[in-house]
Amino acid sequence: MATRARIPQLTPEQFDELGRELDALRRELADDLGEQDAAYIRRILALQQRFEFAGRALLWAGWFPPAWLAGTAALSISKILDNMEVGHNVMHGQYDWMGDPALNSKMFEWDTVCPSEQWRHTHNYVHHTYTNILGKDRDIGYGLLRMVDNQRWRPYYLGNPVYAFVLMIAFEWGVMLHDLEFDRILSGRRKWSDTKALRRRMWEKGGKQALKDYVLFPLLSGPGAIATLTGNAVANLVRNLWAFSIIFCGHFPDGVADFTEEECEDETRGHWYYRQMLGSANIDGGKLFHIIAGNLSFQIEHHLFPDIPARRYQQIAPRVREISERYGLTYTTGPLGRQVGKVWRKIFRLALPPRHRSPFGTARRGRPLSGVRRVAA
Amino acid sequence: MVLNSSLARAGWRRARKVLTSRAVTALTVPHGVDRYLGLINPLWSVNEVRAVVTDVAHHTPSTVTLTLRPNGNWRGAQAGQHVRLRVDVDGVLRTRCFSVACSAHRADGLIEITAKVNPAGTVSGHLKRTARPGLVVGLSQAEGNFVLPAAVPEHVLLISGGSGVTPVMSILRTLVDRRHTGRITFLHYTAGPGDVVYRDELAATHPGVTVVYPRQHGRFSREQLLRFVPDYAEALSYCCGPPSLMDAVTSLWRAEGIGDRLRVERFTTQGLVPQAGDAVGEVRFTRSGVSARGDGRTLLDQAEAAGLRPDFGCRMGVCHTCTSVKSSGSVRNVLTGTITAEPGEQIQLCVTAPCGDVELDI
Ligand SMILES: Cc1cc2nc3c(=O)[nH]c(=O)nc-3n(C[C@H](O)[C@H](O)[C@H](O)COP(=O)(O)OP(=O)(O)OC[C@H]3O[C@@H](n4cnc5c(N)ncnc54)[C@H](O)[C@@H]3O)c2cc1C
Repeated sequence: MATRARIPQLTPEQFDELGRELDALRRELADDLGEQDAAYIRRILALQQRFEFAGRALLWAGWFPPAWLAGTAALSISKILDNMEVGHNVMHGQYDWMGDPALNSKMFEWDTVCPSEQWRHTHNYVHHTYTNILGKDRDIGYGLLRMVDNQRWRPYYLGNPVYAFVLMIAFEWGVMLHDLEFDRILSGRRKWSDTKALRRRMWEKGGKQALKDYVLFPLLSGPGAIATLTGNAVANLVRNLWAFSIIFCGHFPDGVADFTEEECEDETRGHWYYRQMLGSANIDGGKLFHIIAGNLSFQIEHHLFPDIPARRYQQIAPRVREISERYGLTYTTGPLGRQVGKVWRKIFRLALPPRHRSPFGTARRGRPLSGVRRVAA
Repeated sequence: MVLNSSLARAGWRRARKVLTSRAVTALTVPHGVDRYLGLINPLWSVNEVRAVVTDVAHHTPSTVTLTLRPNGNWRGAQAGQHVRLRVDVDGVLRTRCFSVACSAHRADGLIEITAKVNPAGTVSGHLKRTARPGLVVGLSQAEGNFVLPAAVPEHVLLISGGSGVTPVMSILRTLVDRRHTGRITFLHYTAGPGDVVYRDELAATHPGVTVVYPRQHGRFSREQLLRFVPDYAEALSYCCGPPSLMDAVTSLWRAEGIGDRLRVERFTTQGLVPQAGDAVGEVRFTRSGVSARGDGRTLLDQAEAAGLRPDFGCRMGVCHTCTSVKSSGSVRNVLTGTITAEPGEQIQLCVTAPCGDVELDI
C-alpha cells in the first residue's frame, strides 16, 4: 500500500521527545479536570434521559405518524448519546475521578446488547493497547472483514462488501459477538466451550435489551404495539448505522497506518503514541456533530488519551496537529462524507486480490522497527 | 407532622414495591429505575439514602450545622452513630464521616450534623461556604457502636473536645428526650467559649445535667476529673475528641481497670499523609484479607506478589481493567507523579504505587 511506505520514521531520541511532549500534555489536561467536565457530562446525561423519555412517550402514541417520526428520532438520539458520548467515554474511565457510581467505568451499562465488561475487554484493552497491530488488534476487520492490505487475501473476502453491509445493519449484535472471536473458533485456535461464560452474559444482556425494545414497550402501547415496535427497531437501526460509520472512519480511511507485531516489540511510550497517531483518523465537523459522534471524530486525540474526558479533545486538537506536523507524521482528517466514501471504497477494493505488489510492500514485511532507522520514502 | 411523615413512609413503601417490581426493572434496563426517578426528584431512589438540606446554621465561625431530611430509605440512627455523607465538591463526589448530632427520638424525622471546618480539608470548608437549603447529598445508613446500651445506668459521663461534641450531643439529647432519671455529667473541652456549637442549648438543659467547661482549669488530668466527677469510675462514660484528649482518657480508664465502662469514638483513623512518594507502609487488600509491606512497586505488582489475581489488561494505564477502589491511604500515580489521598477514590492499580499505609478493596 502506497500510503504505508510514506510513514515517516523517527529516531529513538525523537520517539523519546514525542513521548515526553505528549505525557506533558496529558498531565496538563489531567490537572485541569474538574467542575466543567463534570457539569458537561451530567448535562449530556440529562439530555440523553430527556430524549429517551420523550422518545418512549411519543412512541406510545406511535400510531399517529408525526408522533412516530418524532419519537423514533428522539429515541435514536438517546441511544446514540447513551452509547457514544456517554457509554463509550464513561467505560474508558474518563469520569472515574468524579467518584460517581453512575459514571464509573466498571459500573456503567449501556443501552445496547453488548455486555459492558466484554466491550471493555475487546475495546479498552485489546484495541486501545494494540491499536492497528495486525494479528493483535482484533478491531482490524473484526475477524470478519479485510480492512488493510497486509491482511492476506482469501476467496472468502470476495464477500467483503456484503459482510460489511450486514455488519453495519446489525452493528450492535456484531459488537456483542466480537468477544467470541468466531474466526479463531472456526480455525480451531479457540474452543467453543471456552466461550460459555461469554455466551451466557450475551444471552442475558441481549435478551433483556430485546425484551425491553421488542416486547415490553410495544405491549405497553396496547393497540399501538406495532408502531412502538417499529419505532424501537428503527431507533436501534439508526444508532447502528451511525455508530458503524463513525467507528469505521476512525481507523480505516486511506492514510491510516497499520503495524506488524515485530515493529511493536518492546515498544517505548513514544512509539506507542506514534502508533496511536498514525493509526487513527479524525472527522471534521461542527460542535453538534462532535457531540453526536461521541467526540470519536477526534479519534487521534482519543487514542492518545483514551481516559481523558472527550470534550477536551477538540480543545487540544490544534496542538496535537502541530506536534504531528512537527514530527512529519500524517494527521488524517476529512469531512464525514469523504471519509465514509474512502472507507467503502477500501472495503470494495480489498475484496479483490492485490493486483500488483507495491514496490515497498515486500521489503517492509517482518522487519523489526524498534531501534532500527529506516529511510523515509 | 409525625403523622404526615409516617403516612409518607407507608406510601413510599408501596411505591417502592412497584418500582422494584420485575416489570419496571425490565423496562428500565440497563440503567435501572433510579436514573429516571432522579429526573423527577433528585431525592428519589429505590435503594440509596439521599437527603435534602432543609436548614443551614452557622453557630460558630468555624462550624456549620446542617439539618437534613432523608428520603424513605433512611432507617434511622441510634444516638451516637455517624453517617458517611457524600457531596459534590467541584464535580467530584466526596465521602466523609459525620456524626448525627440530634436526638434519636427527634419527632420530625430530620437529622442534624455539624461539621467543623478543617482548613486543609475539602468537604467541611465546602459545606461551610456553599451549603444552602435544597442541597441534596448522599448518605449511608447510620453506622457505629458508640451507642447507648439497652439499660442505661444511673450516671452517664460524657467527655468531648472540639468537634467531638457531636456524637455526645446526640447521646445527651436522646437521654433528655427519654427523661433519663439519673445524672448526666458533660465535660466539654474547648479552645474558647465562643467555640462551642451547642452552648445555648447546653446552658438550658434539664436539671439532672451538669455541664462543665474544664479547659479554664487546664488540660484533662485525673486530678481535674476528680474535682468535677469524683465518682467517674461508677459512671458509663463516652469520649470523643482530639487524639490527645482521647489518649489521656483511655489510658486513665485502662490503668484503673474500668476500660469496659468507657466508649470512644475516633474521628481520625489515618496519620499524616506523606507528601513524598517513597514512604513505605503496609498495603492491605481488604476483600481478600491479605497484607503486604509496601515496597515501592505498583499496587498491581504487589497484589500479584501477594498471591492475588486482580483483573488487568494493558499494564500501562490505558485500559482501566485494573481500576479498583482505594479505601484509604495516599498513593502516587507513577505516570504523572500526582499524589492523592482521597478516601474511596478509583485508582488504576497498574500505574499506582502506595505512599505509606494503603487499603485497597480487592
Ligand atoms: C466516625 C466519625 C465521625 C465523625 N464525625 C464528625 C462530626 O460530627 N463533625 C466533624 O466536623 N467531623 C467529624 N468527623 C471527622 C471528619 O470526617 C474529618 O475531619 C474529615 O476529614 C473532614 O473532611 P474534610 O473534607 O473537611 O477534610 P479532608 O479533606 O478529609 O482532610 C482531612 C485532613 O487530611 C489532610 N489531607 C487531606 N488530603 C491531603 C493531601 N493530599 N495531602 C496532605 N494532607 C491531606 C488535611 O490536612 C486535613 O487535615 C468524623 C470522623 C469519623 C471517622
